[in-house]
Amino acid sequence: MADISYREITNNGLWKNNAALVQLLGLCPLLAVTGSVVNALGLGLATMVVLMGSNIVVSLIRKQVSDAVKIPAFVMIIATFTTCTELLMKAFTYELYLILGIFIPLIVTNCTILGRAEAFASKNNVSASALDGLMMGTGFGLVLLVIGTIREILGSGTLFANMHLLFGPMAENWTIQLFGDDYGFLVAVLPPGAFLVAGMLIALKNVIDDKIERRNAARRAPVVKGAKRVRTTGTVS
Amino acid sequence: MALLKLTSPHAHTAQSTADVMKLVLLATIPGLVALTVFFGWGTIINVFIAAAVALICEASVMGLRKRPVMFYLKDNSALVTAVLLGLALPPLAPWWIPVVGTFFAIVIAKHLYGGLGYNPFNPAMVGYVVLLISFPVQMTAWPAPAPLYPAEIDVPGLWQSLQIVLPFFNEALTGTVSGSIDAYTAATPLDTFKHNTGLLVEQLYKKDPLFNQGSWAGIGWEWANFAFLAGGCFLLYRRVFTWHAPVAMLVSLTLCAALFYDGGSSSSHGSPLLHLLSGGTMLGAFFIVTDPVTSATSNKGRLIYGALIGILIFIIRSWGSYPDAVAFAVLLMNFAAPLIDNYTLPRTYGHKKSRKATEKKDEGP
Repeated sequence: MADISYREITNNGLWKNNAALVQLLGLCPLLAVTGSVVNALGLGLATMVVLMGSNIVVSLIRKQVSDAVKIPAFVMIIATFTTCTELLMKAFTYELYLILGIFIPLIVTNCTILGRAEAFASKNNVSASALDGLMMGTGFGLVLLVIGTIREILGSGTLFANMHLLFGPMAENWTIQLFGDDYGFLVAVLPPGAFLVAGMLIALKNVIDDKIERRNAARRAPVVKGAKRVRTTGTVS
Repeated sequence: MALLKLTSPHAHTAQSTADVMKLVLLATIPGLVALTVFFGWGTIINVFIAAAVALICEASVMGLRKRPVMFYLKDNSALVTAVLLGLALPPLAPWWIPVVGTFFAIVIAKHLYGGLGYNPFNPAMVGYVVLLISFPVQMTAWPAPAPLYPAEIDVPGLWQSLQIVLPFFNEALTGTVSGSIDAYTAATPLDTFKHNTGLLVEQLYKKDPLFNQGSWAGIGWEWANFAFLAGGCFLLYRRVFTWHAPVAMLVSLTLCAALFYDGGSSSSHGSPLLHLLSGGTMLGAFFIVTDPVTSATSNKGRLIYGALIGILIFIIRSWGSYPDAVAFAVLLMNFAAPLIDNYTLPRTYGHKKSRKATEKKDEGP
């Protein structure tokens, strides 16, 4: 575990072990706040910041904290970072903070963060843990963003609405109206739509993985007919 | 809706899926006629749009899944789903309502779960609920029953109904914006009861033309429900399903309504007759609750399943925020059907007592 390469960490976080699509962790914010791009992006960024910060600190103290108090200590660290993020959002993006509401403090309970602290940061050095936090957070945030985009297009027929909540006045007119003003498909905005879109994304990822696997299999040397397997382990009885 | 797993001995031959579905389609005809007589051509248009979309969706999904397309189209199950959905939708709804609903029913509720026989939820009801949640305005706009139209407005004929359902088509053809459905809509009996605040039930029945021109539970609605009841009796006679689930549902709904009728005060939730003969009660009881795939399997299980649906319908109708509740109640109980099956496994012949399906140990003789 200790000698895992940075490349592998990146691949794990963004694709192979993606928090939202493969581990299926953090589904609560995934379902609740991905109704629009701005909400998804806001929560994705907040989660990423907390995940990275907690991973770094957990990795720093990993040799000092005994196993008995490990989990409470991790939760305290995560709660600290969550509170910091919450206060920062309150200070700089107050309207978005109001929209996301309870889901910002609830980042504490996001299983992805505690999961990474326990499974990765408590066993690896600081730089690897920081990268893992960044990549896991990015992977999670990207999935939130994709779901948010699809749901905003399907649900309200717009794209990038209200982006000024996150980017300030310059994003005032980023809104793209894709369909007519009276367009609305409520089920995509409500949680069932999030379930449907998330399920489709998981299916899509499996299809892509399957394609890659098949291409790799085709590239491998073909098995020669009549070749024999050689037993290398155990004893023949 | 297929997979009627019949084991020997039989006194009669097992029916094929296609034959059963044909009988079900046949049995919906009285209801379709009654709805058309009282609410205009809208229902027939709904059924046709839904059927066309269902066949297209079924064929394309089967093609994508690399299954024999014609074999599955011929079992008529997609057609039954479409017809049931078309009957449940409000007449004169815009064309995209049946299109979206049927797409959800066939593609998402049926085939994403594995196709016919694997779907845990009734496809037609999933389609209906998706529409009801997404488009509450269009889904609650029921036209008034034909006899109650004011003198200056004619009941829309077939051509006029098509113009309302397909506005873009009409605009392209004649260059005029077609009439809105708003001119024809009126509250349904269940709506009326939901929003009744000041009147005793007796006063309401005397004052509201919906009731004082009808005989039991609202003009139009009562006959549509009787027609579905007749279709259901035909299916019972042909042994397409057993009596357990529908009878249990109707009895429990009646009991609940009788219990909370409170003698007809202004806060009454309506008489048992109102609950039996308005809304989607009979359509639900005989065509939705009896779906063999999504309901409980044993007779005892079906009694429990049906009874709980009846109770849920009454609860949601009386204290929920939607006027009718058949679709929600059925979907909620679809969730519970596997659990009911687990506890109501019939005793196997030769074994001492029945056991739970999840129990591994066999207590044989």
